[in-house]
Amino acid sequence: MTRTADLVTAALLLLIGLIAVFDSLRLGAGWGSDGPQSGFFPFWLGTLLLAATLAIAVQAWRRGPGKPFVTREQLRPVMQVLWPAIAMVTVTGGVTLGNVTVLPGLGLYVASVLYLAFYMRWVGRHRWLTVALISIGIPVVTFLVFEQWFLVPMPKGPLETWLGY
Amino acid sequence: MGLENLLLGFSIAVTPFNLFVAVVGIALGTIIGVLPGLGGANGVAILLPLTFTMPPTSAIILLTSLYWGALFGGAITSILFNIPGEPWSVATTFDGYPLARQGQGGQALTAAFTSSFVGALFSIVLITLFAPLLAEIALRFGPPEFFAIQLLTFSSFVGLGGGNPLKSLVSILLGFILAAVGLDIVTGQLRMTFGITDLMKGFDFIIAVIGLFGIGEILLSVEEGLTFRGAATGMNLKVVLQTWKILPRYARTFVRGAFIGFWMGFKPGGATPASFMSYAFAKRFSKHPERFGKGELEGVVAPETAAHAAGVAAILPMITLGIPGSPTAAVMLGGLIIWGLQPGPLLFTEKPDFVWGLIASMYTGNIIGVLMVLAGVPFFAAILRIPFAILTPLIVVVCAVGAYAVHSSMIDVWYMMIFGVVGYVFKKLDYPLAPLVLALVLGDLAENALRQSLIMSQGSLTVFFTRPIACVITVAALFFLFMPILTPWWRRLRGLPPTPSAPAEA
Repeated sequence: MTRTADLVTAALLLLIGLIAVFDSLRLGAGWGSDGPQSGFFPFWLGTLLLAATLAIAVQAWRRGPGKPFVTREQLRPVMQVLWPAIAMVTVTGGVTLGNVTVLPGLGLYVASVLYLAFYMRWVGRHRWLTVALISIGIPVVTFLVFEQWFLVPMPKGPLETWLGY
Repeated sequence: MGLENLLLGFSIAVTPFNLFVAVVGIALGTIIGVLPGLGGANGVAILLPLTFTMPPTSAIILLTSLYWGALFGGAITSILFNIPGEPWSVATTFDGYPLARQGQGGQALTAAFTSSFVGALFSIVLITLFAPLLAEIALRFGPPEFFAIQLLTFSSFVGLGGGNPLKSLVSILLGFILAAVGLDIVTGQLRMTFGITDLMKGFDFIIAVIGLFGIGEILLSVEEGLTFRGAATGMNLKVVLQTWKILPRYARTFVRGAFIGFWMGFKPGGATPASFMSYAFAKRFSKHPERFGKGELEGVVAPETAAHAAGVAAILPMITLGIPGSPTAAVMLGGLIIWGLQPGPLLFTEKPDFVWGLIASMYTGNIIGVLMVLAGVPFFAAILRIPFAILTPLIVVVCAVGAYAVHSSMIDVWYMMIFGVVGYVFKKLDYPLAPLVLALVLGDLAENALRQSLIMSQGSLTVFFTRPIACVITVAALFFLFMPILTPWWRRLRGLPPTPSAPAEA
C-alpha cells in the first residue's frame, strides 16, 4: 500500500535525520571560537528533516491505505532490470572480502557484453545473431569513444590485459 | 558596449570547431531527449567527463547544445508517441498527439519546433540584455545576499513547485545533508563518515543525477510497460512552409508563452509550471476553447514556447549568480568548476570570452537546432522503434559508463544504483527530485554563505534583514516558503474554494 511505503520511507528519512543530529552534536553544533562549528548547519538540517518527516508520516497515516504502491505485474519488469544491472556492476568490479578476491573483476566492457546479451535474450527473446551483434558492438563503440578518442579509462579486466590494453 | 561583447562572442562561437561541436551536441541531445529515461540533465552529466580535455568554451557549447537538443527532442516523442520525454513536454501531448493521430503530425512538429525556437530566442535576447546588468549588481553582493538568494531558490520550490510542500522541503533537506557528508573544508573535521573512508569524499551530485533521473526513470518506464505506438511523421518541406504561413496567427500566444516562460524559468523548477500555465492561458483567451485537447495547433504552440523560453532562462542565474535554475544548469555549473572557472558575477569581467562565447552560441545553437530537428524528424522518430529490450540495457550501460567516468571510481557506480532505487521510490511517492539535486550542488556554497554571514553579525540572524538587498530577498523567500500555509487561509478568508494542486516536478 502507498501508505506503508510512505511510512517506511519516512522512517528511513527519520533515521537519516537522527544520524545528522547526533553526528552534529558530537562535532559541536554551536558557536566556536571563530564562527559556527562544524555541526551547526547539519544540526539544523537534521532537526528540520525530523520535523518535516514526522509531519509527512502523520499526513500519510491520516490519509488511509491508498492504492497499492506497486503491483506484482509492475514489480516483475522492474526487478528484471534491477537484478541483472546489479549483477553487471558486481561482475565489473569483482568481489573482495577482506583481502581475499572471491570474484575477480572482469571490467566494464565484458560485463556489459554479458548484461546486454542476457537481457536481450531473456526479456526480449531476440535472435542470437541480433543479440551477438548488439551486445558486442555497443561495448566496442564505447571502448573506441571513451578509451581511444577521449582517453577516459573504464575499469578493465583480464581480457583487456590479454589484448594488450 | 554590449554589442561589442556579443560580436566578440560570435567570433568565438562561429569557428568551424565550435560549430561542429554544436551540431554534435544537438544531434546527441535530440537523441537523448527522445529516449525515455535519458533527459537533458542526464545527458549532460554522462558527457561531462568527455569535456575535461576540451577548451572550456567548446565544452560549454557542447553541453548547452545538448540541452537545446534535449528540449527539442522532448517534443518529438510527445507529439508522435504521446510519451512526454521531459516533464515540461506533458502539456504538448494534450493537442500534439491528437493532431498526429489525425495525420497532422508534420504540422504539429513544425509548430512545436518553431515555437521552441521563438521562445528560446526571446529568452536569449533578454539574457543578452540583462545578464551583464544582473552580474554587475551581483558583484556588490556579500555573503548575506548570496545566502538570501539560495533561500529564495529553495523556498520557491516549496511554494511554487506544486505537489506536497513538505515533501519538497524533505527533498531539499536530504540534498543538503548528503552534501554535508565528508570533509568540512572550513574546520577540517569529518562529518557523518563514521570512519568509513569511502564516505570521506562525500556524494557527487553528478552521480546523483545519473542515478535519480537515469536509472530511476528507466525503472519507472519499464514498470508502466513501454509500448511505443507511434503515429506517422508526415513531415516534408511543403508541410513546413504551409505551417509557417499559419503560425503568425498565433502571435499573441507566442508573446504570452515567451513571457511566462522567461518569468517562470529564471526561478528554479520553472519550465514545467510555465508550460502548463501557458497552455491554460492560451485556452482561456482562445475563441474556441472547446477545441483544446482535441488537436488544436495553438495548444502545441503555447506550452512549447513557454517551456523552451524557461529552459533557456534557467541559464541566466547560473552565469550571473552561480546559482543554477534547473538540474541541467546545475550539472553545467559543476562542469564550470571542473574546468577551473569560478561561476558567478566575476565571470563577466574575468572570462568575457567564455561568457560571451556561450551567449553567442545560444543563438547559433538554436538556429542550427531548429533546422536539424526539422530535417531529422524521421531519423529521430525511428530511434523509438528500437525494441525496448535493447534500449533498456543500453541506457543502463550508458549510465554506468558515465557514472564511472566522473572520478574513475567503482563506488560511484554503486551509488548510482542506490540513487536509482531512491529515485524510483521518491518519484512514486511524489517527492520531487530536482530540489534534492540542486541542494546537493549548492550545499557547500550555501553553508559557506551562511557561515560568513553569521561571522559578520557575530551569530545574529538579523544580518539577513538589516542589509536592504538581503532583506528584500529574504522576505520574498519567506513569503514563498510559507505560501502553502498562507494560500488556503487567504482563500478561505475570501470565501473561495481551496485550489487544486498544480502539476508537480520540475
